[in-house]
Amino acid sequence: MERRVVFSGWLFPALLLLPQLAVTLVFFFWPAAQAILQSVRREDAFGLSTRFVGAENFTAVLGDPFYLASAETTLLFSIAVAVLALGAGLLFAVMADRVVRGAAIYKTILLLPYAIAPAIAGVLWLFLFNPSIGVVAVALRRLGIDWNYLLDADQAMLLVVLAAAWKQISYNFLFFLAGLQSIPASLLEASAIDGASPRRRFWTIVFPLLAPTSFFLLVVNIVYAFFDTFGVIHNVTQGGPAKATEILVYKVWYDGMVGLDLGSSAAQSVILMAIVIGLTAIQFRFIERRVHYA
Amino acid sequence: MMVTARSSAWVPHAVLITGLMLVLFPVYVAFVGSSLTASDILDAPMSLIPGPHLFENFARALGSGTVKTSGEPVAAMLLNSLVMALVIAGGKILISLPSAYAVVFFRFPLRRLCFWAIFVTLMLPVEVRIIPTYKIAADLSLIDSYAGLTLPLVASATATLLFRQFFLTIPDELVEAAKIDGAGPWRFLIDTVIPLSRTNIAALFVILFIYGWNQYLWPLLVTNTPSMTTIVIGIRQMIGNGDTQTEWHIVMATTLLAVLPPVLVVLLMQRWFVKGLVEAEK
Repeated sequence: MERRVVFSGWLFPALLLLPQLAVTLVFFFWPAAQAILQSVRREDAFGLSTRFVGAENFTAVLGDPFYLASAETTLLFSIAVAVLALGAGLLFAVMADRVVRGAAIYKTILLLPYAIAPAIAGVLWLFLFNPSIGVVAVALRRLGIDWNYLLDADQAMLLVVLAAAWKQISYNFLFFLAGLQSIPASLLEASAIDGASPRRRFWTIVFPLLAPTSFFLLVVNIVYAFFDTFGVIHNVTQGGPAKATEILVYKVWYDGMVGLDLGSSAAQSVILMAIVIGLTAIQFRFIERRVHYA
Repeated sequence: MMVTARSSAWVPHAVLITGLMLVLFPVYVAFVGSSLTASDILDAPMSLIPGPHLFENFARALGSGTVKTSGEPVAAMLLNSLVMALVIAGGKILISLPSAYAVVFFRFPLRRLCFWAIFVTLMLPVEVRIIPTYKIAADLSLIDSYAGLTLPLVASATATLLFRQFFLTIPDELVEAAKIDGAGPWRFLIDTVIPLSRTNIAALFVILFIYGWNQYLWPLLVTNTPSMTTIVIGIRQMIGNGDTQTEWHIVMATTLLAVLPPVLVVLLMQRWFVKGLVEAEK
């Protein structure tokens, strides 16, 4: 879309664009270029010289069983977070759409986790499930469940998934509720008059009409689980036990800042960039389609 | 109005109340934790009824922090977080509103290229350019400074896109009228476009304030001295490796202090924020 009537001149718009372009250039393009450059080079042990090694860092990363394990962990983690957060968000939105009394209070409180940092969500859940002091951990032990996520890989994964999904429910709830409220009431009334039960109305009318929102949210949730959950992992498990919760973003940070393996970390960064570009492209293809048909 | 069977009317309430408990329980337990003593908590399981030490714990957190954070008071961390959130939110709006205005209301060479250059930054979050961005911040001696904490996060494709979308809906007649009145692009921006964008600016401010306040990875990299610690990072340091030395009562008081400002912003500006969020992502 373009405007018909515009102002003339180029100096003024250039000045207006300058600050944003400058920040973008220095802090986005320059480091991205550095990452790509670094990813095809290797430093010697003393950091004195670097040489071009082509795709060697990439083949090393992609052939590394630890990297592949981390990729698998990330996939499992992201799917679990997305399914849980989307399911809960949809359930609460459908219910909030049906109530009249108390609707404002339900909505306000369900929004609260949006304001809470993923890292803080991690701390709140850590406090509940810490094996030595957590109230839920103690309750679980009394029920005969041997709860110690510091030793048990599955329990560690469960805990970080819960904490990460908890924070994301608000966002999904909000979008599903907006989607539900944009469905014309006449459509639902007509089907009710035809004798369709609420369950049938949901699956034949509401659910298909929510499909675009759901797809958009699925991409957003996966991006969130991939990139914004570093704080959850760093606070709750530090990637452990035995790297069982080491997602890709955590590994880039760990290998680069703790392990100081710059070539590998850069190659991992470039792979992550490719993943974000892919996800963003999917998202925008979908948005274009929605603009055409909505 | 649709008729709902009476027997099912309680189901939505039951589900929603479960939802509220799910949201509030972790926060409530943190609140109780912040009102107990260290030994009350270590003597697991701690009580679920608030104790009498709430004000004492908050005062200690705000005034002197914990041993693990080198006694850095949480009040100072709150100030760092506030500066970070305000500069990021204000900065993003301040640089993306003019750039969107330039892209929408002018025709000049390389206009599309400029727009795309801003747009693709959506695909380069800090998380994927960690080490090189850190290196650049170090080269520009931005480590342990407010500039280092905020500048790399200030460019925002989201805000630019939102303003662009809104500017495209401003009627051509308004631009023509301004031109007839002899108003140049600067006057039109100040007298017409910015006043019209007030709601969008408010909505965006809420979203960006929360984004800024909740930053984790970048502050973790770019700050090392205790005096530059933000509150979200401070909590991480207070927990350490979660051994018996962890002063959980102070950690929980600090956690509540870290949650309070963004929660208040969301509550007070709920209407704008909801509208802005749903529209920003369209």
